[in-house]
Amino acid sequence: MSTWLAALPWMVLAIAIPLLGALAAFVQPRRAQVIGLSFSFLTAGAAVGVVLDFITLGPQQHAVGGWGAPLGIDLVADGLSILMLGMSAVVGVAVSIYARAYFVPYPDKAPRFWPLWLFLWAALNALFQSADVFNLYVTLELMGLSAVALVALTGSGPALWGAMRYLLVSLLGSLAYLVGVALLYHAYGTVDLTLLAERADGGLQLAVPLGAMIAGLLLKTGLFPFHVWLPPAHGSARAPVSALLSGLVVKASFYLVLRLWFTFVPEGEGLPLLLGCLGAAAIFWGSIQALRQKRLKLLVAYSTVAQLGYLFIAFPLAGLEPQMAWSGSIYLALSHAFAKGAMFLAAGAIMTQGGHDEIDELDLVVDRMPLTLAAFALAGISLAGLPPSGGFVGKWLLLESAMAQGKGIWAAIIIVGGLLTATYVFRVLGFAFTRSEHHHERHEVPAAMEWTALLLALGAVLLGFVAPWALPLLDGVLP
Amino acid sequence: MTTNAWLPLLVLASSLIPGLIIFTLPEKAVAWRITLNLGGALLKILLLVLMMIGVFHGVNYEFRVPLVPGIDFVLHADALSLLFVNLSAVLWLATTVYAIGYLEDSPNRSRFFGYFSLCVTTTVGLAMAGNLLTFLVFYEALTLSTYPLVVHRGTEVARKAGRTYLAYTLLGGVLLLAGTIWLHALTGTLEFVDRGFVRGLDLDPATLRMVFTLLILGVGVKAALVPLHAWLPQAMVAPAPVSALLHAVAVVKAGAFGVVRIIYDVFGIEFAAELGVTLPLAVLAAVTIIYGSVRALFQEDLKRRLAFSTVSQVSYITLGVAIAGPIATIGGLAHLVHQGFMKITLFFCAGNYAETLGVHKVSELRGIGRRMPWTTAAFTVAAFGMIGVPPVVGFVSKWYLGLGALEVGQDWVVYVLAGSSLLNAAYFLPLVRAAWFEPPPDEWPHERNFGRKETAWMLLLPPLFTALAALAWGLFASMPGTPLDWVQFIAARKYGS
Repeated sequence: MSTWLAALPWMVLAIAIPLLGALAAFVQPRRAQVIGLSFSFLTAGAAVGVVLDFITLGPQQHAVGGWGAPLGIDLVADGLSILMLGMSAVVGVAVSIYARAYFVPYPDKAPRFWPLWLFLWAALNALFQSADVFNLYVTLELMGLSAVALVALTGSGPALWGAMRYLLVSLLGSLAYLVGVALLYHAYGTVDLTLLAERADGGLQLAVPLGAMIAGLLLKTGLFPFHVWLPPAHGSARAPVSALLSGLVVKASFYLVLRLWFTFVPEGEGLPLLLGCLGAAAIFWGSIQALRQKRLKLLVAYSTVAQLGYLFIAFPLAGLEPQMAWSGSIYLALSHAFAKGAMFLAAGAIMTQGGHDEIDELDLVVDRMPLTLAAFALAGISLAGLPPSGGFVGKWLLLESAMAQGKGIWAAIIIVGGLLTATYVFRVLGFAFTRSEHHHERHEVPAAMEWTALLLALGAVLLGFVAPWALPLLDGVLP
Repeated sequence: MTTNAWLPLLVLASSLIPGLIIFTLPEKAVAWRITLNLGGALLKILLLVLMMIGVFHGVNYEFRVPLVPGIDFVLHADALSLLFVNLSAVLWLATTVYAIGYLEDSPNRSRFFGYFSLCVTTTVGLAMAGNLLTFLVFYEALTLSTYPLVVHRGTEVARKAGRTYLAYTLLGGVLLLAGTIWLHALTGTLEFVDRGFVRGLDLDPATLRMVFTLLILGVGVKAALVPLHAWLPQAMVAPAPVSALLHAVAVVKAGAFGVVRIIYDVFGIEFAAELGVTLPLAVLAAVTIIYGSVRALFQEDLKRRLAFSTVSQVSYITLGVAIAGPIATIGGLAHLVHQGFMKITLFFCAGNYAETLGVHKVSELRGIGRRMPWTTAAFTVAAFGMIGVPPVVGFVSKWYLGLGALEVGQDWVVYVLAGSSLLNAAYFLPLVRAAWFEPPPDEWPHERNFGRKETAWMLLLPPLFTALAALAWGLFASMPGTPLDWVQFIAARKYGS
């Protein structure tokens, strides 16, 4: 039994299963909910299979259909890939369980949600396991298109407007990336990452395509000042969709930036410093905007802008001690996926309950939905980098690498950003304890929605305790 | 020497698990809640007795797991942590009994007792933290678990007080984090060691002074050092048991305990004195002592008067440590326990007055001694202790502080102590006099009827117990097993003699 399981091509299954699920949910719209949820569990199972394979056997490579690179498609799973796969599996299952309960009152939305979401998941899993820049482009495009369609699912005015902007940005980003891929192929005659790493020789013929690709990816990640599309898209989407976008989708393009960076290891101080400065600007701009928001979901969306900034602080810090800075950044990305996913799910539950998400009208949420508020608070703790949480570990690593190099200014930025985060999180929590002046009609919230948010938030806190076991997975991946 | 890793964890679990279960209990499950609360509190004391016996026989209690690369999460029971853990455990039991009586009919009790248990769990964890990172983890967790208690009443005032509380304490946490990370970058370790780990590393003194300042300001927020004290009087909107716990055990003590740890086990007292950082700290503590007392003098609200009194009294601990002499250390550390028992008594009594008669203002205390003799007796003992009248324990603290200051030639401290005692007398004695010797009013502001008893027994028993303890430890200060005895043992280790 166990040998039979171990022999399965988990890497392919992690892509094929959600794809199959998307098709099934599409042709059977009436049973979309059941099909969607079952295939979500299967997909997560396949991802666990990949992770276990990695742990027992080390980094994996799979030539799909027996055709290896450069002719066929190679799937590769190293430590960074499996962390991302695992992250998608956890967040994906939580969002799926939540979504099944969430879409019960919207029978017309569910048949559209499930195919798109499973399609998105397939694209994500493929992206995390691709080893050549062209396949990465294809997966990036598939992911972008399904994500845009998911935003448009809301169907109302602002959401459609947000989706349209998102679509344009997404296409522009992919286009820039594609131009880079074409130039690379022209210069080096291959699109395989390993071969490219061997052949790349620096100079303009590497710098120009790499610059185009990274610029495109930054646009899709929503790094300041390319973030303008993000809050309307993430803030107006349906709650499960917002959780997926903020939790997973922006991480995928960030993952790609890291992949390119680790492959080509660009020289010079300028670009890392620029990325770090943009990150710092994102932290401040996003946090201050979050503080000014009146609506909960927009607050959470601006918080994503700020938190994405943190991920880029690692670039200027990676000079002397790359290991620690990159570990910190990747760990922050993981924790943010859990925490932000949980936070959007919690915000969705609060919105379902009160029919609105005005922050100063929260009206005794602490009594009415203690689980949801606990989820929001725990997720907020991780975002603010308060111990014990995954966010704390990530920030600690970044801080330590900053202090070890005597770059106290970056440490100060990280710390002040954490304080700003705590401020907007607790602004929400404070109003959750008070009674609002206006009467709001109350609606029942399914327990599944509250619990998934809470468990996901607990996952973010739990990440604070498992770093010594999770981080060694990255050995050999980091430059 | 054997090592036992599980007992420190069990000590934490004895309040954490009941707390988590209590969150899930429905409001009506009173019996379950009481059982869990008291059961957890008693179990914790039992475990601590076991641990003290173990420490006496040379068992090393330490739980250690890696937390971030290179640094462990360490729970460790040494003499100093046992002092604080025991204080927390005993006063938690007293406060739990009190809170059960106090909150009898109020809403949201499951939430209250849940956070209450979390709060004690984090305090105990903070006491047992074996390195600065673990300390930081619990220091922040304490902020987070007390916030819901401060805003518990859910009023606009409570929300704003919560905001102030967070603004101060999170800022403190950030300073502590900055100091911790800097220190780690400099030394590569964070483990608490008797007589300090910074000593002998040949680091730049100016940098070390900066680190010291960051760390002390970080914990100074919770210890309510002037000018970082403003959150404390505002946090008074919380229910009385919370104020009692905040002032006597959890929050301010966590700050004071942090000062102790940083000076003794991070820098080492001799090294800190060499750096020249102890004298400014002693001056700051002295300023806080005087300032708090002066402000207390002008407070019309009883709880606010007590709050400013806390600002003043907690700084005795800092002062004792910062004088940098073994005898002053004994005074400061003993005051950690002594102040806890006296201040909790005062807050229990203030809560009793408010609950039973609706008395909140100082001027309303006239003649209250006849209506509530037992409560007022407890109040009187604690107030005398605060002033430093023998034989209550407050006298013992002040005696050692004064002697310790003279020992190292810091004569000015004696004047501070004398001035503060005078001020204490000025804001406590008129209350005591009015309570016993003036005629009671015809009608109390808001009287509740308890039949022939003066108040509910669950409200009366805790202050009587804590007042009695404060009296007994003053009377038998030099007997074995008193806080003073234990503190002398600690001081001997911290000075390496």
